[in-house]
Amino acid sequence: MQAFTLLDGLVAPLDRSNVDTDAIIPKQFLKSIKRSGFGPNCFDEWRYLDHGEPGMDCSQRPKNPDFVLNQPRYAGAEILLVRANFGCGSSREHAPWALLDMGFKAILGESYADIFFNNCFKNGILPIVLPKAELDELFAQVDAAPGYKLVIDLAAQTVTRPDGKAIPFPIDPFRKECLLNGWDDIGLTLRHADEISAFEAKRRVEQPWLFA
Amino acid sequence: MAQTLYDKLWNSHVVHQEADGTAILYIDRHLVHEVTSPQAFEGLKLAGRKPWRISSIVATADHNTPTEGWDAARGTATIADPISRQQVETLDANIKAVGALAYFPFMNERQGIVHVIGPENGATLPGMTVVCGDSHTSTHGAFAALSFGIGTSEVEHVLATQTLLMKKSKSMLITVEGTLGAGVTAKDIVLAIIGKIGTAGGTGYAIEFAGSAIRGLTMEGRMTVCNMAIEAGARAGMVAADDTTCAYLKDRMLSPKAADWDAAVAYWKTLHSDEGAQFDRVVELRAEDIQPQVTWGTSPEMVVAVTGRVPDPAAESDATRRSGMERALQYMGLTANTPISEIPVDVVFIGSCTNSRIEDLRAAAAVAKGRRKADSVKRVLVVPGSGLVKRQAEAEGLDKIFQAAGFEWREPGCSMCLAMNADRLEPGERCASTSNRNFEGRQGPNGRTHLVSPAMAAAAAVTGHFTDVRQFS
Repeated sequence: MQAFTLLDGLVAPLDRSNVDTDAIIPKQFLKSIKRSGFGPNCFDEWRYLDHGEPGMDCSQRPKNPDFVLNQPRYAGAEILLVRANFGCGSSREHAPWALLDMGFKAILGESYADIFFNNCFKNGILPIVLPKAELDELFAQVDAAPGYKLVIDLAAQTVTRPDGKAIPFPIDPFRKECLLNGWDDIGLTLRHADEISAFEAKRRVEQPWLFA
Repeated sequence: MAQTLYDKLWNSHVVHQEADGTAILYIDRHLVHEVTSPQAFEGLKLAGRKPWRISSIVATADHNTPTEGWDAARGTATIADPISRQQVETLDANIKAVGALAYFPFMNERQGIVHVIGPENGATLPGMTVVCGDSHTSTHGAFAALSFGIGTSEVEHVLATQTLLMKKSKSMLITVEGTLGAGVTAKDIVLAIIGKIGTAGGTGYAIEFAGSAIRGLTMEGRMTVCNMAIEAGARAGMVAADDTTCAYLKDRMLSPKAADWDAAVAYWKTLHSDEGAQFDRVVELRAEDIQPQVTWGTSPEMVVAVTGRVPDPAAESDATRRSGMERALQYMGLTANTPISEIPVDVVFIGSCTNSRIEDLRAAAAVAKGRRKADSVKRVLVVPGSGLVKRQAEAEGLDKIFQAAGFEWREPGCSMCLAMNADRLEPGERCASTSNRNFEGRQGPNGRTHLVSPAMAAAAAVTGHFTDVRQFS
């Protein structure tokens, strides 16, 4: 996993609540057995005017001019500004894979669905929770200033606006450490392999029917 | 100290805990399907790792599989879409290479939706941790198990370590006391709960459902309620174990046998919240207040009683919520204040991990019996949750009732709940669906989904519009 330390990135706004993972990556693209290549189909039903299917050349498809992320000013954005309950619904990790493949490395929102939130960390995406009042200001500033960028400093746990205001954000210490170092969860857990084996052996005696 | 059911399940699976509360949690049962597992198996292989405990794995193909035209002689060649076929064949190859306690491949007599086949084969037991790369894994909490959906990286983590890294959630108790009215079902209970607390109401919580109306439900009904805990934002939903739980599990294929059974039942009887246990949040509903529910929008929280009307965004004071309602009405092609019972439907879908079990099919058949699909309804799909459910329904003659009513009787699978296979809505079609998500495009691009119970779906099928099923009894 790529480490996340400091990000100085262009911001794109998606001003709606309850954006579900079906919207982030529609089901027809889940038939892939790969982890990559989902970016061109991220937000497919909102982003294009035609119906997308796997294998289509997305550069040739008609784009929806009313979809905010299609505006040229947001091309190359790395930070996605969202509202409440982002990533609800299906557990599909294809959603963070698609966002990452589209270029997003961090998300700023009021709240996230639990499984999506977790899946982001497994892929080096930083989902940041901010109070609604801060988000309201950020939405207004992004709208008013083309080329609007934010600096995210994970070690310091701050999001810094162009006007210098630094907004603090919370994060679990363990998750922070993993992201800062780009650690692989499985490798970390396997350091405790002996404890897992001992736990399992005890369980096998106490509840043998679980191991039939 | 008095413990909640969630405390008991959590504490009994903690292998190790970090200073910040992050725990290594042992996983007893790993359910696997074709869509969210290929990248995990590949990751395992690339890292040169072996699965930790093969006997924890129970696998099936369900999301991509067709629900008609099965031909055993042709095997997976029956699947017309080549990339769907590749995914199903990849699961076959991975399970062949790795192994499993049980595998129900495409067209196997026990194949079906992963959340139907787990319990019906006794692969889900009280006191277990149960995970699957699918958000509706919350279903299995009906058996007093700690069960939740995970992403593909976590599928790989469980394969490699038999554990997950996670922090304990907050606890929520939702009680439904009283007696449900005739025609009101588990689906209506859970839709009413989501309507009350919202789709993010359970975010960060594990929910225990309790109260006399929950205890009075069959295991099928409890599964329907826990299934949609995720639609209220909670990764896990659960119900205490009792005689209903044990009676359901007795003599299932993978259930404990002989002396193990007695020991297991003695343990299972301890799986309830203790008297006086503290919850972080408590929500109370009265069963008598719950009416048959119909969703009107593009989020499960956008729900009203069948006797109600489409709400008016103008009455909503919060700007973000108001614009969400306006966008939902536009997408759904609905006008504010329209009576729900005046909304016509084009398609009816009876199936999914929420409502495709035998009791659901019986409820739909009771309404369909002696009636015909309305001429204005283009098609009605009845998709049993598994091969075993299908055979049971056929033994009871339900297939004949459905066919006589002009409904299509299909092979088991996820089908039009998420429309990964060929079963999907055409743009603009309006569907009364017993599934769990009414998101934009969920059942097909620009399709319009209204979530209802199986009896309400059958009632819409025979009248051509949403109809209070209580009129039929």
